[in-house]
Order: sequence, then C-alpha cells, then structure tokens
Amino acid sequence: MPTRPEPAAGAATVLDVADLRVHFELRGSFLGRLLGRDAGSVQAVDGVTLSLRHGEVLGLVGESGSGKTTLGRALLGLVRPTAGSVCYRGTDLAGLRQAQLRPLRQRIQMVFQDPGAALNPAMDIETAVGHPLRIHGLVRDRDELRDRVHDALRRVGLVPVERFASKYPAELSGGQQQRAVLARAIILGPELLVADEPVSMLDMSVRAKILELMLDLRRDLDLSCVYITHDLATAKFFCDRVAIMYLGRIVEIGPTERIFADPAHPYTRALLAAVPEPDPTRTLTRQLPRGEVPDGVDPPGGCSFHPRCPHAFAPCGWEGRDVRALLEQRWTALDEADYAAEQALFADLAELDVRGSRLRIRPAASRSAESIRALLEQVRVGDPDEPLWRGVRQVSVADGACVVDFVEGVDPNLGPVDEGAVACHLYDPAYR
Amino acid sequence: MVWAPIRSSRGLPRWLLGAGCTITLLFVVLAVFAPLIAPYDFDTFSADGQRFAQQAPPSAEHWFGTTVQALDVFSRVVFGARTALEVVVLSVAVSLLVGVPLGLVSGYFGRWLDRLLVLITDTVFSFPPLLLAIVLSFLLSGLLGGGVAPAALAITVVYVPQYFRVVRNTTFSAKEASYVEAARAIGAGPLTVITRYLFSNVVQSVPVIATLNAADAILTLAGLGFLGYGIQPTEAAEWGYDIQRAIADAGAGIWWTGLFPGLAIVLLVTGLTLVGEGLNETLNPTLRRRRLLPVTLPTRDTDAGGSR
Amino acid sequence: MTDEAVLRVRDLRVWYGTERGPVRAVDGVDLALVPGETLGVVGESGCGKSTLGRGLLGLLPEGAKAGGEVRFRGTDLFELSGRALRELRGPELGMIFQDPLTRLNPLWRVSEHFEELLRTHCPDISAEQIRHRSLATLRRMGIPPTRYRNYPHEFSGGMRQRIMIALGLVLNPAVLVADEPTTSLDVLVEAQIIRLLADLRRNFDTALLLITHNLGIVAEACDRVAVMYAGHVVETGDAREVFAAPAHPYTRELLRSTISLSTTGLHYIPGAPPDLVDPPPACRFHPRCPDAMQVCATRDPVTVSPRPGHRVACWLHGPAEQVGAGGDAPLVREEIDVADEA
Repeated sequence: MPTRPEPAAGAATVLDVADLRVHFELRGSFLGRLLGRDAGSVQAVDGVTLSLRHGEVLGLVGESGSGKTTLGRALLGLVRPTAGSVCYRGTDLAGLRQAQLRPLRQRIQMVFQDPGAALNPAMDIETAVGHPLRIHGLVRDRDELRDRVHDALRRVGLVPVERFASKYPAELSGGQQQRAVLARAIILGPELLVADEPVSMLDMSVRAKILELMLDLRRDLDLSCVYITHDLATAKFFCDRVAIMYLGRIVEIGPTERIFADPAHPYTRALLAAVPEPDPTRTLTRQLPRGEVPDGVDPPGGCSFHPRCPHAFAPCGWEGRDVRALLEQRWTALDEADYAAEQALFADLAELDVRGSRLRIRPAASRSAESIRALLEQVRVGDPDEPLWRGVRQVSVADGACVVDFVEGVDPNLGPVDEGAVACHLYDPAYR
Repeated sequence: MVWAPIRSSRGLPRWLLGAGCTITLLFVVLAVFAPLIAPYDFDTFSADGQRFAQQAPPSAEHWFGTTVQALDVFSRVVFGARTALEVVVLSVAVSLLVGVPLGLVSGYFGRWLDRLLVLITDTVFSFPPLLLAIVLSFLLSGLLGGGVAPAALAITVVYVPQYFRVVRNTTFSAKEASYVEAARAIGAGPLTVITRYLFSNVVQSVPVIATLNAADAILTLAGLGFLGYGIQPTEAAEWGYDIQRAIADAGAGIWWTGLFPGLAIVLLVTGLTLVGEGLNETLNPTLRRRRLLPVTLPTRDTDAGGSR
Repeated sequence: MTDEAVLRVRDLRVWYGTERGPVRAVDGVDLALVPGETLGVVGESGCGKSTLGRGLLGLLPEGAKAGGEVRFRGTDLFELSGRALRELRGPELGMIFQDPLTRLNPLWRVSEHFEELLRTHCPDISAEQIRHRSLATLRRMGIPPTRYRNYPHEFSGGMRQRIMIALGLVLNPAVLVADEPTTSLDVLVEAQIIRLLADLRRNFDTALLLITHNLGIVAEACDRVAVMYAGHVVETGDAREVFAAPAHPYTRELLRSTISLSTTGLHYIPGAPPDLVDPPPACRFHPRCPDAMQVCATRDPVTVSPRPGHRVACWLHGPAEQVGAGGDAPLVREEIDVADEA
C-alpha cells in the first residue's frame, strides 16, 4: 500500500520533483566502443523542478527532444533518474527498487500515445483491463474481477460492455483502444494519471471525445494529471498549469490563462504564433524562429534557445557555430558565384563548430584572415539587427586568423515573473 | 485467433501445408500403429519356427524383401518411423523447454546474463552439428544406454541454440514495445511481463523453426545411425543404421534393403519441411500478403455522368 | 474555371478488393486544378483522401480498379501506357510523402538524389546544369549550399522534408501532390514548411494538391479546399469562404470539432466514418448529420453551386423541387453508441 502522506509534505502537494536529471549514455560507433571511447550522453531531462497539487492538471508542452516524455516516465519510475528526486506524497521514487515501486503503481498510472501499441495484441480487452487487479491481488474471485472490469469499461464509455469485453485490441478503433487503456489506468483507483500525448494519434473527430472523457474522469475520480503534449490547443483546454519545455529544461511555467494570454519566454511566444488555426481571419506570422530543435548530445551554450531566438542578446551564450549558421543562412540567399567566392575564404567550415567564447577562423591557403574579417563586417552591416552581433565583443585579426570574441554566455535560471516562472535573461533584473 | 491465419491461407502456402501435413500424418499413423501395421517385429527373423530367407527380393510375404540378417525390410521401415518420431518429438520438446525460456529471460533481462548465454550458445553453434551430436551421443549412451533417450538428448543440445537465438532476438525487440512498458506501469513484475505479455507475442516464430528442425533432426539421427553412434540395433529399428548395413548389398544388385529406408527418410524430411515452409508463408507477416480480390466497377448511366 | 485547368478529374472512382468486398475509397469525384493554385483536401481518416491524391497521379493501390477520367492537359492518364505514365511522373506530376526519411536513399548524398532524378528525366543535362538547378531549388527551400554533398541522416526532419519538396519541384512539375507533408514534424518546423508551401504559389506555377487532416493548414496555405467524406467530395470552394461560412453540415461539424487555440467548448461528430465496403445509402453523411432530412436517407444529393466557384452536395441547398413532398421533414436518427468512433 502507498505510504501515508506525511503532514509535513503538505496535504495539497501530490508530486514534488526537485532538480531531476535523466541522462542517457549513447552507444556510439562500433569502433568507438571497441576503443572504449565515450560517445557522450544526452541530457534528456536536465534539472527540472516542479510540483503538482492535488486535483490539478499540469501540462508538459514541448517539441520532440524537449524531454517531456522522459520526464513523464521518470515520474512513474519507468526511467531511472541520474540525479534529483521525484517525491510522491513524501516517498522518493528515485531511490526505490523496481519491486518497491510496484505497490505505488496503484496510485500512479499512465496513458500512452499509441493506444494500439499499449495493449498486448494477444490479450482480450477484459483480461487486459482486469490484469492490474490480478497483479496486485485486489480481487477475491472471477466474479468480482468481472464486475470491476465491466464497471471500468462502462465508466470509459465502452458500452454495451458485452460488445467490447471479448475483443482483441486489433479489432477496436483507435478511440476505443484509448478508452480501454484509460479503463486499465483507472481500475486501480489511482490518484495521479500521467497522460503522454493521449489524443495525438487519434483522428481529429475523436480527440474531443477522448479529451471530454478525460475531463469527466478527472472530475469524477478526483484525479491529478500530468498531461504531456506537443499540441498547445489541447493543453490550453485541458490544463490548469502549463510548463513549456525545451531541450530538457522548463523554460516557462505558469497558469494556463497567463501563459496563453501573455507568454513571457520568446520560445512560448513562437510556439503560440506557429499553431495553424482554421480561422480565415488569422494568418501565420512570418517571424518564425529559424532552424530546428538542436541535437541534445551537444546543446547550444548558454540559453539553448538562443540560436533561434529573435530577442536574444549579449549574455545568451553566443559561440562559433552560431557564426557558421549565420553564414550558411546568408549563402542560401546568394547566387552561386558569390557563394563560391565567400566559401573559398575559409580553410574548413567545420572549425567554426566550437564551444567557448573565442572563435578562431583560419583562412584558406591563399586567402587572408583580413578578408574573413571584412566578410563578417559586411554581414554585420548588411543586417545589423541580427541578434548574434549583440553577443560579439570584437572581431580582430591575430596570428594569421580571424578571431571573434563573444560575451561570456550565462545559463538562464527559472526566475519568477508575475504568476509563474521563466528562464530567460530578458526577465533577469541583472540585465535590465 | 491462432488458427485464423492458417484457415484463411490460400494458394501455394495452403498447398504446401496440406501436402506436408498429409505426408507427416502418414508417418505418424505408421509410428503409432507400428505393431498393427508391420507384419513382424523389427528384430524378427523367423515366423512359425521357419527362418526367413536372407536377402530375398520383395514378394507377397515380404513386401520390401528381407535383409542379410533375414529381417523383414517393411517391418523395419515401419518401426523405424516410430523411432524417428520418438526421437524427434522428444528432442523438439526438450529443446523448446530449454531454449524458449532461456531466450525469453536472456532477451528481457539483457546485460551480463544475456552476454553469458549468448556466448555459450554461440560456442555450441560453432561446432559442426553432426560432430557435436556424435560426441554427445557417445557420452550419453555411456550414461543412459543405447536407446532412444541419449540420441534424442544429443540432438536436443544441437538445436537449443537455434530456439534460444530466435526467441531472444524477438524478445529483445518486443520488450521495447509500448505494451511491455504499459505492463510495467500497471505494476507487473518481470515474471508476469515475460509470461503474460512477451511469451505469446514472441513464440509465433517458433512453430516454423520447430518443424524445420524436426526435419533436420531426422537427418541427424540417420547420420548418427549410419556412422554407428546412434541407437543400438538391438534397441530399435533405425533407418540410418539400415542404410549403412545396405551398402554392401548395393554392389550385389540388392536394391531393396537400401531403397526403402532411404525413401522413408526423404519422404518424412520433405513432409516436415513442407509443413515448415507452409507455416512460414502463412504465419510470417512479411511474407503474408493481403489477398486482393478482383474488383468490377459497375458502369455508370452515361446521362447521369458528371452530376456528382 | 474553364479549360485553363491543368488537371481535370471527372467521376473518378478508385475501388480496391478485400475479402469482404470492394472498398469504395474514391467513389465519384470531380475536381479541377488550375496552374499555380493550392487545393487542400481535408476529411477524417479513411475518407479516401490519400487514395484520391495517388489516383490523380495514376497511382493505384495493388488490385484496385479505377473508373472515370483524370485528364492531364487533355490526356486521360488511365488511357496511357505504363511507360508513358512513368515518363510523366517527375517532370509533370510529382508527389511528396509524409515521412521523408523513408523516401530518401540513406546511402546517397543529397546531390546524388538530384543527379539521379535529373539524369533520368533530362538525359542531355550537363553536370554543371544539374548542380546549378539543384542548388537553386534547394536554396529556395532554405537549404544552404554547403550541405549539398551531405547524406540524408545528417539533416534534421524539417530539412529532410525541405529536400523532398525540392526534389519534387526541381523538374518544375505541373502538378504536385503532397500527402500530409508536415504530420511528422514539430510545431515550429511545421509552421516553417506551411509557410514554404504557401509561398510556392507565388514562386512556381505548380498546382499543388495538399492532403491534410489539419484544417488550420488548409486555412493557412490553400487557395481552395475540397472536403471529402466517405469517398465523396461534399464541398469545394475558396478556402477562406468555406471556413467562414461552411455550406455542408459535415464541413461545419468538422470545423467545430477541431480543437484550436480559440476552442472554448468540446464538440464532436457522433459516430465514425462509414465502412467503405458498405456505405450508407443516399447521402453518406446522413446517419451522423444533425440536419438530416427524410430525403437525405433516400436519394443521392445533387451538387449545387450556391456561389460562383463554390460547390456543395447537400439537400439543404436544394434543388428544392427535387426534395419532394415531405422530404424536408427531419430524419429520426438511429441512436449512436458513445464508443462508436474512429
């Protein structure tokens, strides 16, 4: 049975996550493994702190690679955290062994993205939904099991029950499968439900039905929920509070109304502007952040969002690869001859992919460092509003190379804004 | 659920399965009712106090003729079927009992256990199967005598790595499936996950290997018998041994002593292989294609054309 | 829309056989595509959108039969030989798929994809011209020339889709069919690609057929929209007009059930799209339609044109004289179970 809630933990807090980190080691290439070389690790969740109050629905919103799914799994102990804690009612799941975790499963349940894959193809719906009861030995006999399974199926709308109980998952539609998964999740009477993209694989006409069912279940069963999604529209509808995640970190967290009415972080603003709406009076903004979510193995320095951020400034963590991205962006607009001439100045463009606040660019054999400096100056003059230049201290020529000095980058921490918190230097009093 | 793909199979796979099953069934009938079908026992060389003629050609009395030891070839072939099937059933059953659970455990837990088991089975795998069977049969017959059991067990060891490999590899990919994680999320322990969630999804490829291995086992058994390391002639009739004894006859124009046991081997191996290939065609989703039925579009009234 | 249409589809039917009988995936569709326009095709899953898109290029699922005609610049694709059709695909008819990674050869550099494609369709082209044309198209898709010699796995998902679009456009086809091109992409990248597709109209005279389940994308990137239900096109018209004032109840209900940032209440269409082996008689939407009338269950709707360029197949819009006496009485709908859904 679950541990009794400690009074000190506060009756209102169900879940307390503190500085949670989940790192995955990469396997690397065959040769690398043979030589014992470290392939690096992905920081899927990189220092997340949040708490969930009883009866609350918290949304974890982010694109792929944001770590939202890994975070969700860590909340159930399905993924072992590298550091930090996940406290459910005062019990730290991070320190428990699998066998110790199992009784807690009655209290924390999960709904999966692909309902078809989340059900054992070789098990009929009645057996699948009733299995949690049998695993935890909560029923005395077959009749009781049957009754409780049928109750759960009725609760999720799989009626008439006789029509669905003996079916196999493959014989049900996506919406019906997700109902069965929900029935299996609620049959143990959990307090906390972690729902990982529960409607994103479903047809659009079914999403509203499943979402409505989840709202009903939440109300009737007094559930607390963590709702993981990339879809801002459903998050807005379903969540009380929303945490926006980017590359393993929470960049903004706050009440849903505030986040959607007055987003603080530039990333949140960009996400909201990018949702296509079936509204003929509204069109998508042309100011979309450039590029894509970077690789989590080697995330950008400083604020991870800075290479894409239109509001980035000096302390955001500018570095060599940002210069390369800027040049490549410039070259997509140049005609072939000009591009060839400019590209020929560089010894090796890959040299630009370095970390740190000093970038040395070597010129190609017969070119001068000065011509690279001149090119960069030309780029700066061409687009003085480019955020990168706010982070460049100076461009000089030294030892036969063009040297770019950046302002030292600083990692932004989650700091309070009105109602909630945001991790962005724009809101840091130190830079205002 | 399980039989559905077999029932709905059509065309070549169905034909393969049908032919294979018929042949195999024929041998099963021979094996089960051997004492009723065979006119004599496998080691009988006389009837009513009268010794059979040696090396007699096929006749009404001895359908397949007699051997140099005056044994009835037809009776030996029929009893040989019994031996072959006993060995096959025993060896396949034991291989399954050992290989499948080991594969499941190895694939699910991974890590050092997996590495160790893979190392062991790969070592076994790397021996020539017949050589391994000979060595084991030799060792086991010392312990258990020259009957069916040591031969079957020797063959078992040869085939365990195959089941292990297949089950382990499918488990390895199946455990990444969402439903396995879902099972862990509802609180299922490793044993429950393996038995209730992985087993039924992993064993689907096993019937195919089991039948193909059965065919292979017949050959290995015959090989053992032929080389004299198999079942002792006093214990049971065995085709491989009979063929070996028939080598000398062949030069003397006595064809019946070698032909019939040889034919029995070829037929049974073909039958089992056909069953295996047929099962593979029907069970393997990558080979199984959805059957498309011809479509006829009803013609439209020309005057109604374009109205919709 | 007179005969400026580059592609004209008349009474297209694509049926394919199953053990239960033929699936009427596309069942009598009329469409026209004008050069340079973007037509969005929307509908729930299993309404025949993808089959229609492939049918327009003369691509049929295995074992399928097609009826009616697909006229590309006057020639019926179904009357062409397999070889003549293959020669049209690429230079004139192009296709972009949902998952770019499975459509790019992992062992080929991006440059090799372009070389292969251009050499096949323009045998006399020089290496310099290949490079020039490829880089020009890639540049328009926002791929820097420095990446021309990279392999597909070195690109992110959005970049790969850009490369796929560039490959689709490099031969400057007259018609391009894009089947859910942004479904597997992230929110911001999806928006970037939608912008790119929306800008195609201005930069290329390719007619684009954009198949999607996302009504927002249609509103964003399409000139016209065709709404499909159960193998039929139930409404076509200017995208903005249709979304502002949907004429067909299905279009209206689809718009209402879409969850968007402005959604304040959940709404859904009861039931699921019908089994296309045995679709309901008369109007196929009548069992789920809140406005269904007696006539809807008995007679096929007639396509009418309430506004120029706007066509709808629904008895609510007449013709009144064909509805008949008592035909407009509300239809008592059969009860639909909660869990009857897609």
